[in-house]
Amino acid sequence: MTTKNRAPAVTVICGHYGAGKTNVAVNFAIDARGTGLPVYLADADIVNPYFRAADAAEMLCGYGVEPLIPLFANSNVDIPALPPMLTSLLEGNGNEIIFIDVGGDDGSVVLGRYAEAIRRRGYEMFFVINRYRPLTARPEDAAECAREIESASGLKVTGIVNNSSLGEETTADDILGSIGYAEATARIMGVPLIGHTYIPDITGQFSGDPRFGGLTLIPMRRATKALF
Amino acid sequence: MPDHGNGKCVEVAEKVLMKGNEAIAEAAINAGCLYYFGYPITPQTEISEYMAKRMPKVGGLCLQAESEISAINMTMGAAASGTRAMTSSSSPGISLKSEGISYIAGCDLPCLIVNVQRGGPGLGGIQPSQSDYYQATRGVGHGDLRLIVLAPSSVQEMASLTAEAFDLADTYRMPAMLLADGALGQMMEPVDFSLFEKRDVPEKEWAANGHGGKRKKNIINSLFIDPQELENSVVARYERYKKVEENEVKYEEFMTDDADIVLVAFGITARVAKSAITAVRESGIKAGLLRPITLWPFPKGAIGAIADRAKIFLTVEMNMGQMIDDVRLAVGGKCPVDGYTRTGGIIPSVDEVEDKIRRIAASL
Repeated sequence: MTTKNRAPAVTVICGHYGAGKTNVAVNFAIDARGTGLPVYLADADIVNPYFRAADAAEMLCGYGVEPLIPLFANSNVDIPALPPMLTSLLEGNGNEIIFIDVGGDDGSVVLGRYAEAIRRRGYEMFFVINRYRPLTARPEDAAECAREIESASGLKVTGIVNNSSLGEETTADDILGSIGYAEATARIMGVPLIGHTYIPDITGQFSGDPRFGGLTLIPMRRATKALF
Repeated sequence: MPDHGNGKCVEVAEKVLMKGNEAIAEAAINAGCLYYFGYPITPQTEISEYMAKRMPKVGGLCLQAESEISAINMTMGAAASGTRAMTSSSSPGISLKSEGISYIAGCDLPCLIVNVQRGGPGLGGIQPSQSDYYQATRGVGHGDLRLIVLAPSSVQEMASLTAEAFDLADTYRMPAMLLADGALGQMMEPVDFSLFEKRDVPEKEWAANGHGGKRKKNIINSLFIDPQELENSVVARYERYKKVEENEVKYEEFMTDDADIVLVAFGITARVAKSAITAVRESGIKAGLLRPITLWPFPKGAIGAIADRAKIFLTVEMNMGQMIDDVRLAVGGKCPVDGYTRTGGIIPSVDEVEDKIRRIAASL
């Protein structure tokens, strides 16, 4: 898994609304535990009232990842709060690995206040894309969204994660249908394509499927809550 | 797929993954809505955000008004021009709109009002709720009036019922409401925009859209000085309401054929109810679901018919028990009607509902 090898001090997970940032952030943070270093995942989503990294707190703790959650996440308090400990972590010089799950689109404006510290610590910023999200369904629209995020956050996207999915209905064909889109987005942005995610629970395993030969596949665990 | 003017067609893939709120907005644009007036409130603000991005591309207007009250009155003005218009809000915002909704009903104007419900009363909370059932079906504004009220249960239905609401509003020249909740607004599911059916709707000969001296002017008004004239206008409106009740009732039945215990649930709780029914069926408990899709007109005929063969009804609602009144009226005393409710923004879990059904089954 790519994140194990890269493991910079800070990894920012950004993207369009509903691209699946939280799922990617939770999974990458859990995978980063393979480095043996302490791993934190900060929920810095100021735009999404319900489905967010705070939902996965129990799962993260189970894997030894420390969740940093705003005090009022998932409560009835409708204010854009950030986890206070994130500042101390970023401004320190510890050996920990910090993942930051930011809100969609201009929700990334919260990164501005941390940008200097993030740059000082060294970072990757992965832009999560989903071909089946209508407003970013064309590579040029996805790239435009990424540029807006870069502008709001003061940080540069360093890699693309193709998280294309139709939720529970996702098939292998849906993922195959997104490969060209992901490659084109990475090409326009001039950054590497980190890989293509899939949830084996939903799509099944792709090992041995020749159509996926030569692609970097990233199997993921489910991290969002089911209501029914 | 439809393309609107110089705006790009949004359906790049056959199916897209959308939040419920986005699906409402895109479906409205697909249905030819050209005016959206809103004011932000969680958990429906994505409708405004999506409209702000898309409306300029289809030659329409998305305007953030200075308040919910302004937004509903702007919607009234736009609807008076005969163009498809809509507004959206969440519970407290709908209360603010109630005067305008009454005026729209009094003026016989078709438009769409979306309520993505959150907890109440008062400022309540931002978590999902169904506690505006009474408001939507009984008291959404002063005076003798009805709204057509549609209750989606999936993101696909957030889209398809938005389109249907516009058609119904135009057909019967009255406002329609989409009554969703925060969970449906925020959750993401695939949507296929090719599945919609469109109706032929009547020409809007009443529209105040400029006559150029070629016809008598149209006046849109809800004020009647003469009581007899007001009574006539209300009675005429109720004749149309009667036609809606005769022709537009929608519901879904799930395993009701042999059901002893019939659950009645709408929106998100119908999803919970279905899972619970599937679970108890495995242990031989004969449970089924009637899901009202139109809350007004309410499927009282269908419920009454099931009441002839069922042993008990169980409503599941995210409020203190509001729809249960309509179920009781429809059942007409033929069998008992029980209720399972959660409120405050809490969605009942499948386990809770399953447990309630099992306890009822044990008592039969």
